[in-house]
Parts: sequence; structure tokens; C-alpha cells
Amino acid sequence: MVPVTWYMALSAAVFAIGVFGFVTRRNVIIMFMSVELMLNAVNINLVAMSHYLEDIRGQIMVFFIIAVAAAEAAIGLAIIIALFRNRPTAHIDEIKEMGG
Amino acid sequence: MGITATHMLIPGLPLLAFLVNGLFGARVIKEKAHWIATLAVAGSWLLSVLTVLDVLGGKTYYGDVYRFITSGALKLSVGFCIDQLTVVMLVVVTTVSTLVHIYSIGYMHGESGYWRFYSYLSLFTFSMLMLVMSNNFLQLYFGWEAVGVCSYLLIGFYYNKESAAIAGKKAFIVNRFGDFGFALGLFLVFINFGSLDYKTVFAALQGWQSPVLHVMGFDIDRITLIALLLFCGAVGKSAQFPLHVWLPDAMEGPTPVSALIHAATMVTAGVFLLARCNPIFNMSHTAMSVVAVTGAFTALFAATIALVQTDIKRVIAYSTISQLGYMVLACGVGAYSAGIFHLYTHAFFKALLFLGAGSVIHAVHDQDIRNMGGLFRHMKTTAITFWIASLSISGFPLLAGFFSKDEILWLTYASHGSLGKVLWMVGTLVALLTAFYSFRLIFLTFHGQFRGGHEKEHHLHESPSVMTIPLIILCVGSVAAGWVGLPPALGFENHFAHFLMPVVGHPEAHGSHGEELMVMLLSIAVGLAGIGAAWMLYGKKSDIPDRLAAALNGVPYRWLQNKYYLDEFYDAVIVRPVIWAARNVLLPITDGTIIEGIVNGLPKSIGWFGEKLRSLQTGVLHHYATIMAAGAFALVVLALALMGGN
Repeated sequence: MVPVTWYMALSAAVFAIGVFGFVTRRNVIIMFMSVELMLNAVNINLVAMSHYLEDIRGQIMVFFIIAVAAAEAAIGLAIIIALFRNRPTAHIDEIKEMGG
Repeated sequence: MGITATHMLIPGLPLLAFLVNGLFGARVIKEKAHWIATLAVAGSWLLSVLTVLDVLGGKTYYGDVYRFITSGALKLSVGFCIDQLTVVMLVVVTTVSTLVHIYSIGYMHGESGYWRFYSYLSLFTFSMLMLVMSNNFLQLYFGWEAVGVCSYLLIGFYYNKESAAIAGKKAFIVNRFGDFGFALGLFLVFINFGSLDYKTVFAALQGWQSPVLHVMGFDIDRITLIALLLFCGAVGKSAQFPLHVWLPDAMEGPTPVSALIHAATMVTAGVFLLARCNPIFNMSHTAMSVVAVTGAFTALFAATIALVQTDIKRVIAYSTISQLGYMVLACGVGAYSAGIFHLYTHAFFKALLFLGAGSVIHAVHDQDIRNMGGLFRHMKTTAITFWIASLSISGFPLLAGFFSKDEILWLTYASHGSLGKVLWMVGTLVALLTAFYSFRLIFLTFHGQFRGGHEKEHHLHESPSVMTIPLIILCVGSVAAGWVGLPPALGFENHFAHFLMPVVGHPEAHGSHGEELMVMLLSIAVGLAGIGAAWMLYGKKSDIPDRLAAALNGVPYRWLQNKYYLDEFYDAVIVRPVIWAARNVLLPITDGTIIEGIVNGLPKSIGWFGEKLRSLQTGVLHHYATIMAAGAFALVVLALALMGGN
């Protein structure tokens, strides 16, 4: 039996990798993947806890999160494609028109 | 009994006329404005007469019409009280107002702002009627302030003229002093009696033990304080010393306005207030003495100034102040009915004097009596009516002023204590001065040779009949108005005092019929002496006045001519320090630093803050992500730190 703390450590590690990737990478697609990593870190955490606490509601929550993540991925990719149509780059530093 | 539509229409008609003339006067009505205003006020007059007949039959009306605020114990209503005192005022106000409206058709003909003049007159009439018909202190105060506004507007009617604009401001600001006290008085009334309704307040006064206040080492009955504060308002409005300074300057307004507002009606509101609040004043001996002394002093003070003034309207203005002093004196000795009686007769002869003066000014185009003289030949109607009004004010037997002034003098003489005797002597002296300055005016204006030059003399003419007919009607009033209050000493019954008794009670008179006759004969004698003296000095060709002026040059003469330098005194003590404080304290510090600091500082600091905040919004996604991550991390650390113990 794998102790629950290991799952939590894994979850934290995946989340940290996601944050690190999101902050440091400049490619929009990579950043997008980092966001997905963070989401999945949360999922791991929820499933582990659900199993540990013997409460099925945590896993149901995970299904919702996966569904939302799928929707988010669809919208996110659509935005990225729209962005590519207007400018030939995926480099995020060149996109800062919203700056104050 | 309750209020009916008839009563509401009395102030309602002038209000309607004001709205119509005010809204449509400039574009549509223009030179026809007098039709609406005059018909409306004539309608009010007719309804007032009907109301008088009703009240003479013994009916009185009292009731609220509309409650506009209910807040805890504070209940504010529009309501009317139609009793004996009110109907006397109704007659005075609507009669004089109607005649002045008619007179103004001639006097104001062709003036620019003709419609404006008539809409103000209507607004004034409405306000004055609301004042006298009120059944509560708040509506009284409303009318009080509204007539003040109309007075301001009409004094400054020729607003292009700087002196008129200044005089309007002066009238308004000087009245603020009195009205401040008046407002405090109303607050005290409400605090003590929980109501502003006349009936409730006066009923609560019965058997009320007034608490004694300790103010700066003095013990003052609270009722005395209330009475004195209310009297403050009367001092301002009725131009009593020391707040009388606005009235002579108010003569900058058109002459019909002086007749209506600054002689017959508005300035008598203070006397009306004293009579209306007589249950309050009767409870305080101290306040009554203050009222009586103020009245007598003002009467004397103003009469002495009137002796040497050379502006025809200013002489009459000081005469008005002096006569108002008589009325206040009467109220101060408890003879409210005599005060109101004098108010009523005074309205006729003083309005007549002003309208006559207006007729003279209309002909001569000058107000300085040194440039007049000999006008009798050119304007007979004006001159004769002016003569009769002057005889009336001088107390010539059987004319209106004789009966009312005599009643005041007698009841002052007969009032309690030695103070009454002193005040009576002052009053008799004032009667002498009154006769003198009135006839000085007559002789200088209407007799002798015209001193305004041949060119002008050629153009002298009597005024049109639209102006002289009101003079004649007022002249009838100046003769006959007093016959409703004949003195008991001559074997008559004083119907006027009897009529007013339910409202103001009966004055106590300690004295015999013999003494009353003595007082009467003395006042006739001093009146005739005054007229005779004026004839000696000004009627005959004589150089006595100039020699007298030269001999008394200095303290009496120059002081009188400069009105005891009171204006200069106020200027130095109040006006200049206030202006200095405004320039050197309020403008740079309060306004320049504090208010402008707040007003300008607020947007400035918001702008500065926004500028700083703006640099956070870089548009670079990584910055946002980093801040978010750092924020999340900080929240986790914070949560762990807070839950650290568990």
C-alpha cells in the first residue's frame, strides 16, 4: 500500500513543475500544457484523498474537473489558433498589447 | 370651524397670478401683466371682506389643510387661523396691496421688467397673506422669510443701479440678524411645548412653570428667553433700533413698493408677531419692558433723524420707523389692540404719504426736497391728500391717526408702574417731532417757490387718474379708519379693541377719564405746536433753519444728518471685520488651503495612485503568472501560519 503522503508529494511536484513551466517558458503551447499539468496535479490530490478518506465524492469532483479541463482546452486551443492567424509567432513576450 | 376654499383662495389668487406672470410674463403677457395681478389681488380683497363680515358675525376658523412632514413629535402642516386679529391684517394687506397695484399701473408704466414687478408684487401679497393667516409658527416663519425675499427682490428692482443692489443686500442681511434669533425662539418653543401649532402652544402655556436658566451669571426665565428671541425677529422685520438701518436704504426700490412693503404691510409683521404671541409675552414682565423701551426709544430716535433729512422718501421712511416704534411700545405695555389699531390706521396714511411722494417724484424726477417747493399749484390732488395724511399722522383731532396714537399714549400712561409715565413722556415728545417733520416736509415740498429751475417747473403736472384715485381712496381711509375705535373717555365704545379682545385680551388701564382727557388734550396740543413750529421755520420765508443749522453744526445737526453715524459704526465694527476676515482668513486659509486642498487633492491622489497601479498592468503574461503564483504561495504560507498551532 502506497502511503497517501507519497501521492501528495507527487501532486505537489507535478503542480510545481506546472507553475515553473508556465512562468518560465515562452511558447504558448508549452504554457498551455503547464496549465494542464497543474490541473492534473489537483486531480491526483483529489483522487488520493478520496481513496484515503473513503469518500467517493472526491472522485466525482475529479470527473467534473476533467470535463471542465477538456472544455478549457478546446477554448484555449481555439484562442491560440486565432492568435496564430493574426501574427506568425507563438512567442508570448511579443504579445503584450494589453499592457497599461 | 374648519377652513373653507374661500379662505384658501385669499392667498391662492395672488400665488396664481405670480405663477402666471412669472412663467409667461417675459414672452407673452409683457405690458398686460397688471391685469392678472390686479384682478387677483382685488379678488383676494373681496374674499377678505367677505371673511371680515363672517368674523364680525362671531365665527372664527382654525384648522390644518395639508400635513407635509410627520417625524416623531414634529408635525408640520399648512394651516390657517382666521380670527379677529387675522382679519384686521387681511383688510390692511389686501386693501393697500390692491391700491398699490392700481397706482403702479401709472407709476411703473413703460419700465423695463414691468411684468417682473407685478409678479414680485403678487408673490409678496401671497407671502404676506400666508404670514398673517398662518395657524402655526413654521408657516409664520415661511411667510416671514418669503416677504423678506420679496422685499429684497423689489428693493433691488432696478438692479442696474449699484446703490439699489446694495440696499437690497443690506435689507436681507440685516434681517438675518433678527431672523436668527427668531429661529432660535421657534426651536425653543418646539423643545418646550412639542408643537408649533398656535393653539397647542398657547394652551400649554396655561399654568406652565417656566424653568429658570443660568446664562453667564444671569438668571433668565425660559419664557423670557423665548419672548426675547421672538422679539429679535420683530426688531429686524419692523426696523426697530438697532436693526432699523435697512429701512431707509430700502427706499431705493420703486415708490409703490415702499408704500406697500416698507410702510403699510411687511414692516408691520413684527407688530403682528407681538400681538399674535401675546400669551407668551404676557408671561414675561422683563420681555415686555424690553419691548416697550425698545419701541419708545426707536420712536424717538427715528423721529429726531427725520427732522433733518432732505430726501422726501427718507423722511417718510424714518417716520415709518418712528410710528412702528409706537406700535411696538403699545405691545410692550400690553395694549396690543392699540398697537394693531395704529398699525391699521398707519397703513392708510403712510401708504398715502408714500404714494403721494411717488406722485411728486413722478412729476419732479427728483427726490430732494431742497429742489422742490410750490407744488401745490401744480398737483392739487396729490397736495391735498398729502396734507390730510400729514394731519392724520400728526394726530389732528378726528382723523385716523389721532385716535390710534392717542390710545397708545393713554394706555402707556395708564400702564403699570413709573416706567409707563416715562415712556408716555417720550411718546408725547415723539408726537411733537412727528408733527414737525411731517409739516416741514409739506411746506418744503408743496409751498413757497419752486426751487428746481424754470425748465423743470414748466413740465410739472398732476399724475394720471390711475395714480390719483388710489390716493383719494387712501385719503378717505386716513380720515375715517379711526372711527371704528373711538375713545371711551369721550363717551364712546371702542369697537375695535372690543373686537380684538378674544385674541389679545384687554389692556389694563389705571387712570380716570379725566386723566385720559388730559393726555388727549396734551397730544393735540403738541401736535398743533409741531405744525406751528414747522410753519414758523419753513412755512414763512425765514432764515431760521439755516441759522439754526449753523449754530447747532456739530453734535446735534451733523449727527442727525448722518443718522447718528450708526451706519458708519456698523461698517467699522461688523462689515469691515467680516470682509477682512473673509479676505485674510476664509479666502486663503479655509477656501484656498482647506477646501481647495480637499477638492483638488482628492482627484490628484486618485490619479497618482492609478498611475502607480497602471505599471503593474504590463501586458506580459509571465508577470501575471508570477504574481498569481506568488500570491497563491503567500496565501498558503499565511494559512499555515494561522493554523500553525493545530
